[in-house]
Amino acid sequence: MQRRHVMNQINVIQLPLFSLLSFLLSCSQKTTPVERGISSQTLLIANQTEPQDLDPHIVTGVPEFHIMEALFEGLVIAEPKELQPVPGVARSWDLAADGLTWTFHLRNDAVWSNGDRVTAGDFRFSYQRILSPNLGSEYAYMHFCIEGAEAYNKGTITDFSKVGVDALDDTTLVMRLCRPTPYFLSLLAHHSFFPVHPATILKFGKIDTRGTVWTRPENFTGNGPFRLAAWEINRIIAVKKSETYWDRSSVRLREIDFFPIDNQQTEERSFRTGGVHVTANLAPGKIEWYRANRPEALRTDPYLGTYFYVVNVTKPPLDDPAVRRALSLAVDRAAIVRHILKGGQPPATCYTPPGTGGYHADSAVRFDTTEAKRLLAKAGYGPGGRSFPAVELLYNTSETHHTVAQAVQQMWKRHLGIEVTLVNQEWKVYLASKQRGRFGIARMGWIGDYNDPMTFLDMWVKDGGNNNSGWSHTRYDSLIAVAAATSDREARFAAFREAEALLLDEMPIVPVYFYTNVYLLHPAVKGWDPNLLNIHNYKYVYLEK
Amino acid sequence: MTTRRTERTGGATGGSLRRDGMRRFARNRIAVGGCLFLAVMAALSLCAPVVAPYAYDAQDLSLGATFASGKHWLGTDILGRDLFTRILYGGRVTFAVGVCATLVSVLIGVAWGSIAGWAGGKTDTVMMRFVDIAYAFPFTIFVIILMVFFERSLLLLFMAIGAVEWLTMARIVRGQVMALRQREFVEVAIGLGLSRTRIVLRHILPNIAGPVIVYATLTIPAVMLLEAFLSFLGLGVQPPASSWGILIREGAESMEEYPWLLVFPGILLSATLFSLNFIGDGLRDAFDPRTTRE
Amino acid sequence: MIPFLLRRVCIEMPLSLLVIFTVTFFLIRLAPGGPFSSEKSVSAQVRAELERHYGLDKPLQVQYVNYLASVVRGDLGPSFKYPGSTVADLIAGAFPVSLELGCYALLFALLFGITAGMLAASKNGTWCDYLIMSIGMGGICIPSFVLGPLLVLVFGLILGWLPVAGWSGPLDRVLPSLTLGMVYVAYIARLMRGGMLEILVQDFIKTARAKGLSERMVLVRHAMRGSLLPVVSFLGPAAAGLVTGSFVVETIFSIPGLGRFFVTAAFNRDYTMIMGTVIFYAVIIITFNMVVDVLLAYLDPRLRNG
Repeated sequence: MQRRHVMNQINVIQLPLFSLLSFLLSCSQKTTPVERGISSQTLLIANQTEPQDLDPHIVTGVPEFHIMEALFEGLVIAEPKELQPVPGVARSWDLAADGLTWTFHLRNDAVWSNGDRVTAGDFRFSYQRILSPNLGSEYAYMHFCIEGAEAYNKGTITDFSKVGVDALDDTTLVMRLCRPTPYFLSLLAHHSFFPVHPATILKFGKIDTRGTVWTRPENFTGNGPFRLAAWEINRIIAVKKSETYWDRSSVRLREIDFFPIDNQQTEERSFRTGGVHVTANLAPGKIEWYRANRPEALRTDPYLGTYFYVVNVTKPPLDDPAVRRALSLAVDRAAIVRHILKGGQPPATCYTPPGTGGYHADSAVRFDTTEAKRLLAKAGYGPGGRSFPAVELLYNTSETHHTVAQAVQQMWKRHLGIEVTLVNQEWKVYLASKQRGRFGIARMGWIGDYNDPMTFLDMWVKDGGNNNSGWSHTRYDSLIAVAAATSDREARFAAFREAEALLLDEMPIVPVYFYTNVYLLHPAVKGWDPNLLNIHNYKYVYLEK
Repeated sequence: MTTRRTERTGGATGGSLRRDGMRRFARNRIAVGGCLFLAVMAALSLCAPVVAPYAYDAQDLSLGATFASGKHWLGTDILGRDLFTRILYGGRVTFAVGVCATLVSVLIGVAWGSIAGWAGGKTDTVMMRFVDIAYAFPFTIFVIILMVFFERSLLLLFMAIGAVEWLTMARIVRGQVMALRQREFVEVAIGLGLSRTRIVLRHILPNIAGPVIVYATLTIPAVMLLEAFLSFLGLGVQPPASSWGILIREGAESMEEYPWLLVFPGILLSATLFSLNFIGDGLRDAFDPRTTRE
Repeated sequence: MIPFLLRRVCIEMPLSLLVIFTVTFFLIRLAPGGPFSSEKSVSAQVRAELERHYGLDKPLQVQYVNYLASVVRGDLGPSFKYPGSTVADLIAGAFPVSLELGCYALLFALLFGITAGMLAASKNGTWCDYLIMSIGMGGICIPSFVLGPLLVLVFGLILGWLPVAGWSGPLDRVLPSLTLGMVYVAYIARLMRGGMLEILVQDFIKTARAKGLSERMVLVRHAMRGSLLPVVSFLGPAAAGLVTGSFVVETIFSIPGLGRFFVTAAFNRDYTMIMGTVIFYAVIIITFNMVVDVLLAYLDPRLRNG
């Protein structure tokens, strides 16, 4: 008894101490999650923010899209290098001679995660769902090239059979377009064209009920290469390899974990200590270090987006095109890119990113201070002329916008002698100011929805929903209409080129640079090809030491 | 003890007390050192246009962020601006905010707390529930709304900061006043028929000076950092102007790459806060009726 | 004491909550931009549909009455930003995390703050006092957005002892708790020292000393209770803030707590989420302030009839 008592006492003191020590030791020695992930084919992704939802017809953001890509598959998928459409659920497709009627032949072996076949009827149901006015989908407009889709979404027709989507049988889906849309196939890789499982949707609500619980892990049904395994808000979304996916033999990853890390510094630290394989971004300040010390982990992929300033052309002195041209000429884009952004962003020479859908605009934007001064003097400002009225430069709260704006402010001051006030607003206030035209010059960024110049150029037509400049030009509008009405590549590009030249001559916008996607990627991640849309279909991705 | 306190706080020897206090304060070397440091910093900031080697917004993009050198004494930031110059100019905003916003919050807090604590009853209940409500109100929304309805200005900044920072002060003061009201010397004063205002001003307030000074010195750093947050949201100082809080905030973003952008403003802010603190302690030791022993 | 508590809980608290509810409800609608404004302009139909779905198309006073009624029934409504979740779900998921973190931080702050404050007060004017208070000042000067990354840099990146982010293992708790608690250590130490200096010159301490009690006994038994007054006053709102989470710390360490929702809900104009978090926070802060008032009465008998 006596002995045991002593033993107990020792244990009482030693056990916690010992376990603490061994715990600490094990912590310092254990392999990192990244290394464990490589041996178990588990990809760890820092995915910015908590997704709004996992419903492909509701969500709008980039982080959501990265998750959708794992859980669903559309008719076609974008091949990861050149984004060319390759068969997804559709085995093959053909376009009728009218250039408007597409017929998709679905594969027999495509199934949902619960074992049901994926049918043409499921796609019809899905497209009816996203176009239903009650669902309030913000991406419904992506479907507006389909005959009757816009009218159905606006409620002017209520009979979906009048919309150009027909399921002839389980494996044949026909879609009729209302205008030739050369980029139609690349649209189909967007998550708004992904199918949802009708029975699951209807189990938790009507076809057009918003925000039901069907996306919870216990209810979820998808048709992608991965199935939803866990969703803990603000912690993790885990997807596991699907055993029902038709092409499962080519899927090599066993699991993908998405972590919502919204702080750039945090995700970089997590990457450095082996917490994640890939980050969403990298702060400009860190780029040089990685370039010098870990160049194999630094990725600066071209990205389909333009950073520019939109000018309110209704406000003097900005109503004078010469003034707008002078402002643009006085911006030293190369210096901004080299010294502030550092991520290999090409300085803007035009508005549409070069190579968008194979299109290259003529270079029309440059840095020339003498010409800038001359134009400003011609407009009646500067030495000997009137003094330049107060102009505000509006941007939303962000470190990068803040730094770029200060550099531009200083360039205008130095080269043109113009004092511009910087106004920094919280995101939604900024959006409201922009939409109500309460600004002089405002920062904007535009990321293409699909790989075609149309996504950039059609926003500057008169009354375009995102045209906040107050600028419009009938010639420009008719050129865009010409491009929209033809499927002839040369004719389209010629119209685009002329429209863009007109835009950059009138300068309701001052392009600054083209985006690149700057992020960190562990060298063990293979099959993660750089592409313009930052789409990485996980069935091509694997981990290898 | 009690009689002595009554006598001292009675103001019968107010003048000599003040002189005694000044003498005691002057003997406190650390506090005087703090005063000197603050005076030098304030003078440098005020004379920034004369003293500063560069213009506060002059950039040299190709230079970028560099460490301290003969040309740039404290180095440069990522836009190639002279950090020393920016610290001098930033000091103006920081000092102004620190002094004004703290003053506003102390005034409101002390007034609110002492009225509630002294009056008691329904008045106290209503006033303190108001404090509860103000605590719970979402600050971010408050800032966004302020920005929308008013022109951005430093005055607005002081108001916004003062409006949030007085709450805890009010609670602390109320607690103290309630405790003091029960004390003998206050009861004696009431018994003597002194007016309420006079009692609060001459007898209560001097006795709560200690906690008030302590909490005020705690408020100053909070106020200065709050200013950085508000400026970040777009209320307050707009670039290229700056403040120490903003410099520290930006420096923290790149503390590994360009540590000097954090360290230099950080050292100055800390030194300033330390000085204020020593002064606060010195003042309390010198003038608080209860710690004046010898 | 009982009627006092009854009045606070049954009358004053619901009234305060109603005021907070009403003011917040109308003020958030003054902020520009609604829950559905986004960069890519949404068509008028879609926006109208979304607004109809969430009842935002009704007159404001009708929305107010409807929402008030549903909140009284305990239903905070669906989140606008996260359509698949209700506000109550989101709070229920995030609050335990913030609560846990806040408790560690509070414990750390109280333990070190009170000890340091007492030590400094008892050695008033010596180098020990100055040293402790200087360290404390350092804690106040260094904001959490500097301290957090700094701790991560040293313990996570250079030494490699502790994880840099996340919230799964016990080691994940260390750095966030220290970061969050540090400011409060400094605050509490200062308030404690101040409070104790006030007490130490009072008669009953003199009496205790004269009775020959050891200095430690005097400090712990007699002086501590009274000197906690300012600390306790400070602690009400501070503790409420701690347990409902800190935006900065949760962001730096990527912790799934409630603090992030407070700020992001405002930025997202997620009206129901704002209302939910504000009401939740209000309940907690009012409760804590009430507990503090009770505590104060216990610590200082003179306040009881107040």
